[in-house]
Amino acid sequence: MDYFLSEEQEMIRDLCRQIAEERIKPVRAELDEKEEFPTELMKALAQADLFGIIIPEEYGGLGGGCLENVIAVEELSRACLGVSTTYAASFLGAYPVILFGNEEQKQKYLTQIASGEQLAAFALTESASGSDAGSIQTRAEKKGDEYIINGSKQWITNGGEAGIYSVVAITDPNKGARGATAFIVEDGDPGFGYGKKETKLGIRASATRELIFNDCRIPADRVLGREGMGFVVAMRTFDQSRPGVGAQAVGVAQGALDEAAAFARVRKQFDKPIITFQAVAHMLANMAIQVEAARALVYAVARFIDSGAKDTSKVSAMAKVFPTDMAMQVTTDAVQILGGHGYMREYPVEKMMRDAKILQIYEGTNQIQRNVIGQELNKEYGRKK
Amino acid sequence: MKIIVCVKQVPDTANVKLDPETHTLKREGVASIINPFDLFALEAGLRLREQAGGELQVLSMGPPQAAEVIKQAIEFGADGGLLLADRAFAGADTWATTAALAAGVKALGGADVVICGKQAVDGDTAQVGPGLAMRLGIPQVAFVKGFREVDGQSLVVERQMDDGFDVVKLPLPGLITVVREVGEPRPPSLKGKMRAKKYQVPVKGAADMGLDAAQVGLAGSYTQVVEVFAPQASGEREMLGGAPAEAGAAVIDRLVQAKVIMVGS
Ligand SMILES: Cc1cc2nc3c(=O)[nH]c(=O)nc-3n(C[C@H](O)[C@H](O)[C@H](O)COP(=O)(O)OP(=O)(O)OC[C@H]3O[C@@H](n4cnc5c(N)ncnc54)[C@H](O)[C@@H]3O)c2cc1C
Ligand SMILES: Cc1cc2nc3c(=O)[nH]c(=O)nc-3n(C[C@H](O)[C@H](O)[C@H](O)COP(=O)(O)OP(=O)(O)OC[C@H]3O[C@@H](n4cnc5c(N)ncnc54)[C@H](O)[C@@H]3O)c2cc1C
Repeated sequence: MDYFLSEEQEMIRDLCRQIAEERIKPVRAELDEKEEFPTELMKALAQADLFGIIIPEEYGGLGGGCLENVIAVEELSRACLGVSTTYAASFLGAYPVILFGNEEQKQKYLTQIASGEQLAAFALTESASGSDAGSIQTRAEKKGDEYIINGSKQWITNGGEAGIYSVVAITDPNKGARGATAFIVEDGDPGFGYGKKETKLGIRASATRELIFNDCRIPADRVLGREGMGFVVAMRTFDQSRPGVGAQAVGVAQGALDEAAAFARVRKQFDKPIITFQAVAHMLANMAIQVEAARALVYAVARFIDSGAKDTSKVSAMAKVFPTDMAMQVTTDAVQILGGHGYMREYPVEKMMRDAKILQIYEGTNQIQRNVIGQELNKEYGRKK
Repeated sequence: MKIIVCVKQVPDTANVKLDPETHTLKREGVASIINPFDLFALEAGLRLREQAGGELQVLSMGPPQAAEVIKQAIEFGADGGLLLADRAFAGADTWATTAALAAGVKALGGADVVICGKQAVDGDTAQVGPGLAMRLGIPQVAFVKGFREVDGQSLVVERQMDDGFDVVKLPLPGLITVVREVGEPRPPSLKGKMRAKKYQVPVKGAADMGLDAAQVGLAGSYTQVVEVFAPQASGEREMLGGAPAEAGAAVIDRLVQAKVIMVGS
């Protein structure tokens, strides 16, 4: 369907599709099998300027917004979610700097992210603090013109691979939600290191690792925004990034639909291509309907965010929850349509199904998204009385 | 460092057919692409520019639609280009091609390094690179597979050989032709694509470069293609037995007798 993209947006889509076909598809199974970080592919994406999509032009980027981001992420996800997660997580790490960084921080960090010279990462989750982000324990204490950080972050995408980390830590334990602050931590900062590297069900090409802060010392000018704004930074970041997770879902589901439809046309049973069995055709039809509906939602929300709309939490959550539930269903159905073939590693759909699951979990589980939407509805309908 | 990469537009070889009547290549309806080896030449040029800084221009001789390959090179990161297009260039053999390309290199203000692909997949002679170096009066190394050292005065390169590789120092200005081992071509870039869209490819003809029409194209060519044909498989065959070395020598003898190959003195 035509979404009336600009010439530039079409260029982004075509280039990402080309890279996905020519570079990502041939290696995705091996990266998954070996649980190998896609270093070469990240270099190719950097050379293609794709890390600059959402970075303002004055910092070497292309100045695109949420729509440009979702277009790129969708196309990469169609080939491999592990790769697209690695790519998208760099933007997740960049958003706090884009939204809250001062001029020097932007100059220093955004230029490196835009060129792809450094990957970025975003670190909020801890072992005892997942959905309940407010319960994080990592402490940052100001000493002179430095902060000393102690604690650890768990399951951080691009951990150990990124050079730039946006980290949320508690600066004042007595202030509750206003006691957290976002910082930039660089790879190599004294006292900053990496712990356990996870092995995973899916998105195995992406690195998920523990960050360890052991009297980690950083200069005081690494604060993003102001002290106490940590959760505001995190929430505004998620408002921008969640449609990107929705775009990952649209991409992987489209990839699964592509495989399932192509297979159903050539696989014959009872002397007929299985697509001629109405039960199979209807499954494919439902998959196609769901994918298109999700894409329409993601693009519409991305455009809404790019219009400068203020309150986007509710629609951002919608643009994450609907597509990601859809992707889980569609990838599972794709395996069903391929039957035994679908269950085998030789075909790409089992990987898509394994990969899709993460989308309902990270950047806020789908239950948490529904909580957000529910709270917003409660507010809205309270006002309407 | 000033780098010039020569790129040729060729028919997409995967789909080329010979017209059985006229014995010429059927070019209608066949997509044109950058000669695949020239993508490696471009990649080599981009890597050199990354290391040494400077500027990368692309040069092509071909019909007006060959402007496409220059635009494509800009998508990959070339700074600019020059198309040599003129009716007078048509029908050029390798000799006449190098005459035009040498004038093109000069029109671009010369270069520290000229890079060509190993060969073009249509003409397939692999002569243009070395021939162009001869025309420009600069040294050349063919079949380069990698760079060892790069400075303003010279390039130390690895030259692919049948049984390994040579390490060769090439004083600059100089010319190299490259093989695919030089590095996988990068994807095009977004900024490059945006630039390419707006880029007006400069075009020069023979007269613009002070070339006499008799020096270029068919008129300036020593060889002319009389016929191109797909050899008929005769079905005849002969089995040569014996030890591998003897059998090999016997094959050479047969090929020399049949004038398929010539053995130089
Ligand atoms: C592969 C991977 C990559 C990740 N990358 C990052 C990263 O880069 N940066 C980062 O900071 N974090 C990252 N995370 C962490 C991720 O965001 C959390 O896993 C997620 O927020 C959920 O937290 P949890 O896993 O601790 O689940 P829990 O919070 O323990 O939740 C367990 C279950 O309870 C449900 N639940 C919890 N509270 C409620 C509630 N109030 N109402 C209804 N249901 C509830 C949840 O929905 C879930 O089903 C990553 C996680 C994974 C698996
Ligand atoms: C089927 C066929 C048969 C031919 N037979 C002969 C013949 O017998 N004798 C003869 O002299 N000519 C012949 N030609 C013409 C000749 O091959 C070409 O027109 C031209 O001279 C380039 O030579 P090449 O294609 O062999 O290039 P090669 O020498 O194989 O190309 C090497 C490199 O030179 C550069 N280069 C080559 N051509 C150009 C160009 N136009 N613009 C920019 N860079 C370029 C590229 O970097 C390329 O990778 C033939 C052409 C065809 C299609």
